[in-house]
Amino acid sequence: MLDVQDLGIRFGGLDAVKDVTASIPTGQITAIIGPNGAGKSTFFNLISGFYQPTSGSIRFAGEDITRLKTHEVVSRGIARTFQTTTIYRELSVLENAMIGHRVRTRAGLLDALLRTGRERQDVQGSRDGAIQALTRVGLAAQAHLPAGALTQEGQKRVGIAMALSSDPKLLLLDEPAAGMNPEETVNLMALIRELVAGGLTVALVEHKMSLVMGLADRIVVLHHGQKIAQGTPAQVSRDPAVIEAYLGSHAHGGQMGQTTPADLTLDKGGAHA
Amino acid sequence: MTIVLQQLFNALALGGVYALVALGLTLVYGVMRVPNFAHGGLYMLGAYLTYASLDRLGVGYVPALIIAALGVALLAALLERLIFYPLRDAPHVHPMIAAIGVLFFLEALISHPSVFGPDFKQIAEPLPGILNLGGVTLTWQRLLIIVASLLVMWGLNFFLKRTLTGATIEAMSQNREGARMVGINTNRVGMLTFAISGALAAVAAALVAPINAVTPAMGEVMNLKVFAIIILGGMGSVPGAIVGAFLLAFTEVFGGFYISLDFADLIGFTMLVIVLAIRPQGLFQRGT
Amino acid sequence: MNVNGAKRGKGLSVGRVIWPALFILAALVPLFSPSGYALDIGVNIMIWAMLAYGLNVMLGFTGLLPLAHAGFFGIGAYTVGILTLKVGWSFWLAWPVAVALCALVGLLLGLVAFRTKGDAFSIFTLGVGVIIMLVINKWDALTGGNDGLNGVMPPAGLEAFSKALGLKLSSGFYLLALVSLAVTVLVVARARYSTFGLSLIAIRGGEDLARSAGINVFTHKLRAMMLSTAIAGFAGGLYAVFVGFLGAAVTGPTTTFTVLLYLLVGGLGTLAGPLVGTAIIYSLTQTLKGLEDYQYIVFGPMLVLLVMFAPHGLAGLWARLRARLSARRAAPPAQTPDQTPDQSPDQSPDQTKEVNRA
Ligand SMILES: Nc1ncnc2c1ncn2[C@@H]1O[C@H](COP(=O)(O)OP(=O)(O)OP(=O)(O)O)[C@@H](O)[C@H]1O
Ligand SMILES: [Mg+2]
Repeated sequence: MLDVQDLGIRFGGLDAVKDVTASIPTGQITAIIGPNGAGKSTFFNLISGFYQPTSGSIRFAGEDITRLKTHEVVSRGIARTFQTTTIYRELSVLENAMIGHRVRTRAGLLDALLRTGRERQDVQGSRDGAIQALTRVGLAAQAHLPAGALTQEGQKRVGIAMALSSDPKLLLLDEPAAGMNPEETVNLMALIRELVAGGLTVALVEHKMSLVMGLADRIVVLHHGQKIAQGTPAQVSRDPAVIEAYLGSHAHGGQMGQTTPADLTLDKGGAHA
Repeated sequence: MTIVLQQLFNALALGGVYALVALGLTLVYGVMRVPNFAHGGLYMLGAYLTYASLDRLGVGYVPALIIAALGVALLAALLERLIFYPLRDAPHVHPMIAAIGVLFFLEALISHPSVFGPDFKQIAEPLPGILNLGGVTLTWQRLLIIVASLLVMWGLNFFLKRTLTGATIEAMSQNREGARMVGINTNRVGMLTFAISGALAAVAAALVAPINAVTPAMGEVMNLKVFAIIILGGMGSVPGAIVGAFLLAFTEVFGGFYISLDFADLIGFTMLVIVLAIRPQGLFQRGT
Repeated sequence: MNVNGAKRGKGLSVGRVIWPALFILAALVPLFSPSGYALDIGVNIMIWAMLAYGLNVMLGFTGLLPLAHAGFFGIGAYTVGILTLKVGWSFWLAWPVAVALCALVGLLLGLVAFRTKGDAFSIFTLGVGVIIMLVINKWDALTGGNDGLNGVMPPAGLEAFSKALGLKLSSGFYLLALVSLAVTVLVVARARYSTFGLSLIAIRGGEDLARSAGINVFTHKLRAMMLSTAIAGFAGGLYAVFVGFLGAAVTGPTTTFTVLLYLLVGGLGTLAGPLVGTAIIYSLTQTLKGLEDYQYIVFGPMLVLLVMFAPHGLAGLWARLRARLSARRAAPPAQTPDQTPDQSPDQSPDQTKEVNRA
């Protein structure tokens, strides 16, 4: 579904992402992991058009989207959430989701001023789209609460609903489980599985290894901006380069993980959001 | 040829004044992320403090300049404590609006008849007379402006590069988060930066006051120019402010000379619009 | 159709009754033969309120502070003045042309200004505002320069219309201003409560977030700018025929800041705020006649105190009061936060920063 080729971006003298070639296959869950500062979020920012890459290309469903603006990328069917819960806390949950649906509507200022048929249609459409997205994440009942009044976990779901209401084919989740307790994490995993069962492709960045190992079909490992491994969870957790990368990062002060697969101690990093 | 040289000196003097005022503004923006619209008000106040010291206290020009610098520095520090520091986490239009309020307050206060009144005031040149350099005439005051502004810029540069406090200000203007991580007390640095910016504006005002009339509206005009300068140079950039200042001064002086003096201001602003249309991030900032 | 959920549905439908009622009541005022002076104050309030509504579209809905609005007001006013005086057009033709011209210039300004980031936008527009004022001041042949434009005539037919109703011309102006204000409020309300308007609110809440949510931030800002400057020109055109004399001073930044004060007092981003704020502060200014040129001795500190202690203006205080009352009525403290969602751009900068870091 998504293929990146030699993707890279420099910030000043730093290669935040460098020569990454990877693909996100349709209908699966791909996890991007790596120590803090590995370039995972930057990788997502590149795909979603938030940053312009300094090298390489991105293809989505056969189309070159490397130079597209963010809203154009969203309209092609790639939606995302942010690492730190980023939603409109002062707006209602419904409004948040309706904002996500904006990319599917056409009514502009003139439609608004003249109350054209298109405006009415779009208002109804974004309401329906929003409610549908909220239903999928289980927030339909809270639609009229201010989003800021929800729990941390609820706000994460609002973020996902906002992304879902743009009717994406590919969903990028940046540390969706950060700050969640184990029970909430399990619920989140169920939600993600449901979404994928419904035909969505998901790529996620996560430090919680329980989630990654339990959910991902494939894993891509980034380190210092470069891809050092990819494969199934089992393959990756045995990869010497990966173990080396994580151990190396501990030496530099990374935190120890909690629930980790048997032979791999990965950086948890949950506290830095 | 001599006429061109003549204009060159005028532009250098004007650029020196612009640079002093713009430097304070850009430092404050760099450290506090506040576009301080009150800055022009501080400049105007500097001129009036100089005038008052000369006229009412009867001190000499240099003491008057120092009194003005200290007085405005104190006020600027106070503004930072009372207004801009409390507003540091507010939406960024809030400190802007507050600064506008301060600017207009200062202007209205000074022009009130019971304070200084709306009419312009004049300051005698401390070094009257003209210097003749092979046909190029130059007033001593202009020469004084050029020399003094270069000295102050050199001093500021020394301060920023060679002292710990100065280095802190520079570090913060480049990277606020970074400075906080290194454990710098960003809290006091803001106040200090405001004080420095006030002092710079006052010195510039004291230098230029004997040439131009002192009026309540002088701050508003200067405000627009120095904002144009720091946008041109890139907001927060110190070298950008200096280059921008001389660029604007040269455009104004030569534009005014070759086109029409009447349109000098207009030419300056038009240049700003054109530069920004081509390089929206300013001349000295990399685009991201 | 209300797009903002049942929560605000009530407020909006109340507004649907209150606003027309207010305008109808206001339209009846001339029947009680008030003094021409009182009517003139009413017209002034309505004109400046219209300008405040224009500013509100940008600052209140979109979260951007443009500082060239008095310039656009001036473009509208001078376009009407010049077209009626020098070209001999009818006001009724010149007025829409002035509005269209302001929208166009607003578009051009936006194309450049929105390429700059953040605070530079405000400073840049301030510079443009001053350029507009300078051009008006210096272009003697067209604008009359320092002498201004004298003798802009009342709109054709307004006098006859007033006579037909048995009213004076000042009442005619009052009714014209009232209709213009009603149109402005309707336009702003429709723009706000639409898919388009919600997108503006999203931009206000965090530009980067809005962008990632799929909103074309640039075009939305451009449209908002055009609407905002068109309204400024609409107000300016009316001002030209009402005052009959145009000078460059009114097109300068001081006017922009005064209107900004009106807007802040009333409440950013609200529908009633611009009118309420203008009415209060303008009337206050009339009573503080002695201050006149020095009104900023009072207004300046007022701006500062407002942003420091009541950034949502009267509308914010009102919402807080209402929330407290309803909290007291409902025995257990209500869960609703003490401000309406409509008026808190507060958290936006933090959010934007977060997005950048994400
Ligand atoms: N806008 C930017 N400007 C400069 N440097 C940046 C920018 N964004 C990211 N970086 C740098 O790029 C590197 C990669 O950052 P990124 O946020 O992608 O890491 P990450 O893998 O998501 O880490 P984490 O697990 O902590 O979220 C870091 O060194 C970061 O400081
Ligand atoms: Mg990250």
